[in-house]
Amino acid sequence: MADRPVVALFVTCLVDVMRPRIGFAAVKLLEEAGYTVAVPAQGCCGQPNFNGGDAEGARALAHRVMATFSDFDYVVAPSGSCAATIKRHYPGLFEDGSDDRRRAEELAAKTYELIGFLHDVAGMRRVGGRCAGVATYHDSCSGLRELGLKDQPRALLGAVDGLELRELPDAHICCGFGGIFAVKYPDVSNKIVSDKTAAIAATGAGMLVAGDLGCLLNMEGKLHRQGCPVQAYHTAEVLAGMAGDDEARS
Amino acid sequence: MKVASRNFAETAALALKDQQLQKALGVIQEGFVAKRAEARAALPEFDRLKAEGKAVKEHALAHLDHYLERFEANVTASGGHVHWARDGVEAGAIVARIAKEAGARRIIKGKSMVTEEAHLNQSLAAAGLEAVETDLGDYIMQLRDEPPSHLIMPALHLVRGEIAETFREHHAELAPDRPLADRQALIKEARKVLRQKFLAADLGITGANFLVAETGTVVLVTNEGNGDLTTILPKTHIVVTGIEKVVPTLEDATTLIRLLARSATGQEISAYTSFFTGPKRAHEPDGPEAFHVVLLDNGRSDLVGGEFHEMMRCIRCGACLNHCPVYAAVGGHAYGSVYSGPMGAVLTPGFAGIDQASPLPEASTACGRCAEVCPVGIPIPDLMRHWRTRAFDDGLGPWPIRFGLKAWAAMAKRPWLYRVGTALAARLLRLLSKGGWIIRLPGPFKAWTVHRDMAAPAGRTFQAQWRARGGRR
Repeated sequence: MADRPVVALFVTCLVDVMRPRIGFAAVKLLEEAGYTVAVPAQGCCGQPNFNGGDAEGARALAHRVMATFSDFDYVVAPSGSCAATIKRHYPGLFEDGSDDRRRAEELAAKTYELIGFLHDVAGMRRVGGRCAGVATYHDSCSGLRELGLKDQPRALLGAVDGLELRELPDAHICCGFGGIFAVKYPDVSNKIVSDKTAAIAATGAGMLVAGDLGCLLNMEGKLHRQGCPVQAYHTAEVLAGMAGDDEARS
Repeated sequence: MKVASRNFAETAALALKDQQLQKALGVIQEGFVAKRAEARAALPEFDRLKAEGKAVKEHALAHLDHYLERFEANVTASGGHVHWARDGVEAGAIVARIAKEAGARRIIKGKSMVTEEAHLNQSLAAAGLEAVETDLGDYIMQLRDEPPSHLIMPALHLVRGEIAETFREHHAELAPDRPLADRQALIKEARKVLRQKFLAADLGITGANFLVAETGTVVLVTNEGNGDLTTILPKTHIVVTGIEKVVPTLEDATTLIRLLARSATGQEISAYTSFFTGPKRAHEPDGPEAFHVVLLDNGRSDLVGGEFHEMMRCIRCGACLNHCPVYAAVGGHAYGSVYSGPMGAVLTPGFAGIDQASPLPEASTACGRCAEVCPVGIPIPDLMRHWRTRAFDDGLGPWPIRFGLKAWAAMAKRPWLYRVGTALAARLLRLLSKGGWIIRLPGPFKAWTVHRDMAAPAGRTFQAQWRARGGRR
């Protein structure tokens, strides 16, 4: 076991606090794919600060993340937007030619979003998990446009025994979450998520699947408020066979 | 540039409640998004063309002074005049002076966002001159005394019934019981009214899509034909446009025209693409006797070469508006600026100051569709973020969010504090829940539960559980 590459799981704040089960699903999938998983004590990638205009705060958090994760073979996050913050935006936080810039680029090069990592790096094509039902998949914006995650989640979800994947019309259009946006402009966010939940309900699927917990919390929160019984799961939960059993969400 | 963008949250909320507006905005998907997608799919070399278009604009911007001077020299050589305006007020004064010197009394205008930006009609009115808009959408806006709500479709926010009402109110000389229910009837009536204005006009004002340095040519792209009538019928033609519209060659202009039409309306080429070089020559049957180009800076030269440089590539196609979930939800007027949507969220603070427009760069989920569809590859979300950083550094924006971000960074960079804080949050959220759901969140988070619920967390963080299991660190 010692010679297996070590993947550091970047848990993400939302998974850490709101749905730890996704973290355990990620660990299970990464171990199945042949990696040793480590979870160093960690905080936030700084995405809220970065997007909120607090460049200084974002830089401070990037420093901390670089110090924590630089020594691992890979850094994998169950979130397209957190992974993209590290992979696409960390280098730009530091001056060209500086040591920090070089370290940020090194970290960026080995940082991946979980599903993309499993499919593209680990070469996973079959999954062990079983999940009976009909699911529809929403493309979270950062994963889709910043990391090119489109076919990978569909391919892996398509390989889940018992699962019927039904394409969501306009799956690539934003759900209206946008981090702070959702609390800064709640009415606009509500309009966008309402259009999204209407599309989800119209598919007739019993499960909504996406790769970013922020988007999931937004959509499932709206679905619940509307009294729509669709269950929301992270892609990792479905692939790991942890979807469908509501009580086990811990 | 005068803007009213500081109350975006309120204007957006009103827009969401406006049933007519919401109905009108429904046209975007079918009218623009689907058509652009078709046009793009039909052109396999679109991405290559996009790279070429970007390179053309970048080259022109890198040598802006050179190409502007060449343009001026070639306009002058072809018998025209170039005027330089530092801001909208200067542009207005120049146009008013030309009009007075020409003895013009009846002015007509073609579609131009730059004249909206410069508040030209107000300047002319102050000088005792009245200009009539001849683009159908702009004409409707003028009758209603409203600014355009979209770059290429000024009246996008209106449904047909509202336009019919406007016509009945303002065309009082026509039979009150005339049928105006369908699109054709509205167009026919506008044409009838405007035809008189065209024939009587002695001065025409248009914008420009591109300025060609090598020939001194002004390129104008329209779909209604009003632009051509505006330039050909009156004795004087004044072009008012921004300095960033200049490109080196005719070939360069055609590259951008191919991108523009497809991105804007999904057409391969607009119904009218006209090239104007100088006034009418002796042997030509028609055209203006005098030809003027007013080049507006209005903050552009400050943006070139700086953090927002890439925005100067914008060719005003409107694709970013059409593909923006926020624009589609609230329409253009909510932005309080003639430039709305994603491109407006970058340009408006550039022209009016971030203190006047700080909510606009934040009125975005950063979904990135705008950058994806931009025909000249402008990284709009990155530029919006740059403005957010400026706003944050300048102390703009609501204090709870500013304070929250600072507190978050202070906590999350200290692992022990993050551990305590998140453990507390997980527990508190659990306590707030009932049956697995939180119906009302406290403090600044209450905005979340105004419209939706929140699934309750497990109560213990992942990291706490991982430690308890003795997992590898």
